[in-house]
Amino acid sequence: MSASETAGTAGTSGTAGTAGTGTDVSRADVSRAEYCVLACAEAWRGNGEVLASPMGLIPSFGARLAKRTFSPDLLMTDGEALLVGLDGETEGWLPYRRHLTMVTGGRRHVMMGASQIDRFGNQNISCIGDWARPSRQLLGVRGAPVNTLNNPVSYWIPRHSTRVFVERVDMVSGVGYDRAAAAGVTRFHRLPRVVSDLGVFDFAGPDHSMRLASLHPGVTVEQVREATGFALAVPGEVPYTREPTAEELRLIREVIDPKGLRDREVRG
Amino acid sequence: MTDKTMTPDEVVGQLRSGMTLGIGGWGARRKPMALVRALLRSEITDLTVVSYGGPDVGVLAAAGRIRRLVAPFVTLDSIPLEPHFRAARESGAFALTEYDEAMFMWGLHAAANRLPFLPVRAGLGSDVMRINPELRTVTSPYADGEELVAVPALRMDAALVHLNRADRLGNAQYLGPDPYFDDLFCEAADAAYVSCEQLVETAELSKAGPPQSLLVSRHSVTGVVETPNGAHFTSCAPDYGRDEAFQKLYAATPWPEFSARFLSGGGEHAYQSAVRAWHEEQR
Repeated sequence: MSASETAGTAGTSGTAGTAGTGTDVSRADVSRAEYCVLACAEAWRGNGEVLASPMGLIPSFGARLAKRTFSPDLLMTDGEALLVGLDGETEGWLPYRRHLTMVTGGRRHVMMGASQIDRFGNQNISCIGDWARPSRQLLGVRGAPVNTLNNPVSYWIPRHSTRVFVERVDMVSGVGYDRAAAAGVTRFHRLPRVVSDLGVFDFAGPDHSMRLASLHPGVTVEQVREATGFALAVPGEVPYTREPTAEELRLIREVIDPKGLRDREVRG
Repeated sequence: MTDKTMTPDEVVGQLRSGMTLGIGGWGARRKPMALVRALLRSEITDLTVVSYGGPDVGVLAAAGRIRRLVAPFVTLDSIPLEPHFRAARESGAFALTEYDEAMFMWGLHAAANRLPFLPVRAGLGSDVMRINPELRTVTSPYADGEELVAVPALRMDAALVHLNRADRLGNAQYLGPDPYFDDLFCEAADAAYVSCEQLVETAELSKAGPPQSLLVSRHSVTGVVETPNGAHFTSCAPDYGRDEAFQKLYAATPWPEFSARFLSGGGEHAYQSAVRAWHEEQR
């Protein structure tokens, strides 16, 4: 991951610690959801010819933005069994059995959701409470165990809170850095980033712990700390998530999500 | 050659309480729901169900027929959480063998190939290993020496799958984009029952699609059933999509009420009539 991905480029005026009041027009105009789309898109920068597997609305918009701009070689599915281009044209066949080979072959970067995630990136989508008799049954582990051991896995959390960012997850579905190291399965294990409605996070903290990589404009470090249920690594100077270019904004608003569904998933 | 055509109730007549039963499809996609509904009309219970779970698991759980479930998930796809599966898990109604999606697939491959297990790079580091303490690992005998999970064969007593077309001999064809794992389910089971949208002459199969659409071959099939709209309310592309309105009703209606209205009228024909009547009321 290059520094420019998270540090922002032209239009980013300073850091959250020192300049929380930037008021240039573009910043005031860009919605939180649009920063989230952009931050998700950045997950696939430089990935080349791999399958982008976004789970959820904003990651889907992000993947399409990446493919339309800086990562044109990404592969995408129609949500069923076809590989399709941006115009929906079929270019390949990807039924579940081949999809799973794409995972184990490593030619895929998935952005999954998480009902819980801890500071080393262990993720839970299976159930809340004691697995033997959960207080809240969720989806099941799905493909999280195989994903995390074989292809890059990023996460998207639409509502950053202490209910999601927890000290310990109830059922490890996606494997985090500490457990991957303990189990000796680090060979293809990589969690590039976590994007939430408050900011972008990576695992460049001590011992691969979660670190605040950038704040979405309008969010403070204190807000993130309060919404996080574990000690987050926070560098001295935290950049803002970069500003979208005029063309990126146009693509998001006019081409990728003209109905504005993004603002229903993330408000503000 | 053997004519393997049967009715849904004749299929269920071959099943017994306590069996391990595989169910094809994926989530709320191409599930053999007509056969599952026939199962609900029987007294068969105490089942170990092996499934990429959807409403097949939901209705069997709601009816209390499951002793153990083997699955990586249970979902209605457009409705992420299956309500009856959730309720059953939260009340501790049955045991669960929770595998990862890839582990599950390689378990099917192992069973279809009469192998005791297959090695998979999945599960290690996750709580799948904690909740399935019987799982063992193997170490690669080659220079890499990697430790892998030895997923045991998912062998089944019987499998139920639903495809688009079939002939009377048991050759079955999918016409949608995804075969799911229905061929493996049939090969991994001691007996396999295929329901289809339409029973056709063998010669018709090659006219309907290319050779690779002939997913299931008769050597792995015990019985064939024609059940039009038999995957309802799950999808069966290209014959029909998921009945989203009905699925919403299913998910929102208490089971006794749903069951009384749609599943107590006798056979599959009564179910399909009740569904049509409900749709007409919605107009």
